[in-house]
Amino acid sequence: MRLLSLCCLAFLVVGCQTGIPEDALALKPDSLERRQRESRRFTGGKEADILAACSGVGQDMGFTIDESETKLGVLVASKTREASDAGSRFAMALLFGGNAANSMDKSQKIRLCIIVKPVAGKEGQEWVVRATFQRMVWNSYGQLTRLEGLSEPELYQQFFEKLSKSVFLEAQKI
Amino acid sequence: MITRLCLLAAALVLTGCVHNSTESALEVGSNQVQLRQIQSRAFDTTDKTKTLRTVISTLQDLGFVIDKADLELGSITATKLDGYALRMSVTVRPRNAKQLLVRANAQYQEAAVTDPAPYQSFFSSLSKSMFLTAQNVD
Repeated sequence: MRLLSLCCLAFLVVGCQTGIPEDALALKPDSLERRQRESRRFTGGKEADILAACSGVGQDMGFTIDESETKLGVLVASKTREASDAGSRFAMALLFGGNAANSMDKSQKIRLCIIVKPVAGKEGQEWVVRATFQRMVWNSYGQLTRLEGLSEPELYQQFFEKLSKSVFLEAQKI
Repeated sequence: MITRLCLLAAALVLTGCVHNSTESALEVGSNQVQLRQIQSRAFDTTDKTKTLRTVISTLQDLGFVIDKADLELGSITATKLDGYALRMSVTVRPRNAKQLLVRANAQYQEAAVTDPAPYQSFFSSLSKSMFLTAQNVD
């Protein structure tokens, strides 16, 4: 009984507390590496043209534009897609039952943010484009199962390959 | 006696966090003036655009994705997803003829961040990117 009352008191003390992780707003040792992975330098053109090329790539990949502020070189886009295909969910349901299939990831919202910034000392000539992806994943019960930034190098590599083509197409007005 | 204490404690556990949820809309932290001091810093620059661009790149360095940006209003809103959701708004406005005032407020999951430490970390990162000292404001 005493244990129960202690447990209740412990709940009282910690029940309403939520704490932000200590390093949530601190720079981490891998910040520079991440910046390099997420950024590429482009020469020539105007800032608005680079941003237009970025929006073109976003559209190529099925993103819809949520927000833009050309004066600050900001473009934000998102897309909602299936997180696992219907076939694997069906197989899961067949093997382990409906509950197991429903707890699998079902849909995901992927957000993409592209920032174009003039290179210091070379304003009007060179630009740094930095792209960041993040996603939210839900299961079939509608529960949010994952909140994460995407850091796979291949993702950024492919994105910038597409962007290089888009910048070229934009320059040629194709 | 112990049983009564247990019942009382259990009742408090069940009702302790319950309050009229609409009150949250106009809720101000414990001390409005103190909160502003914790969340604000002055920088010796008048270049609003450059400051906003630096705020954006600092937020990106910290793992945020930008949600909204507005040069006229001088505001940036961004979200960090890392097993948790941390949303932050940063506003930049003139403080006097020589300084800009940068104010940041953060929301971790469903609660406002009022602890000074995370803001100190943020302004320390921002001042490194700005090559300027973040000055406390009275």
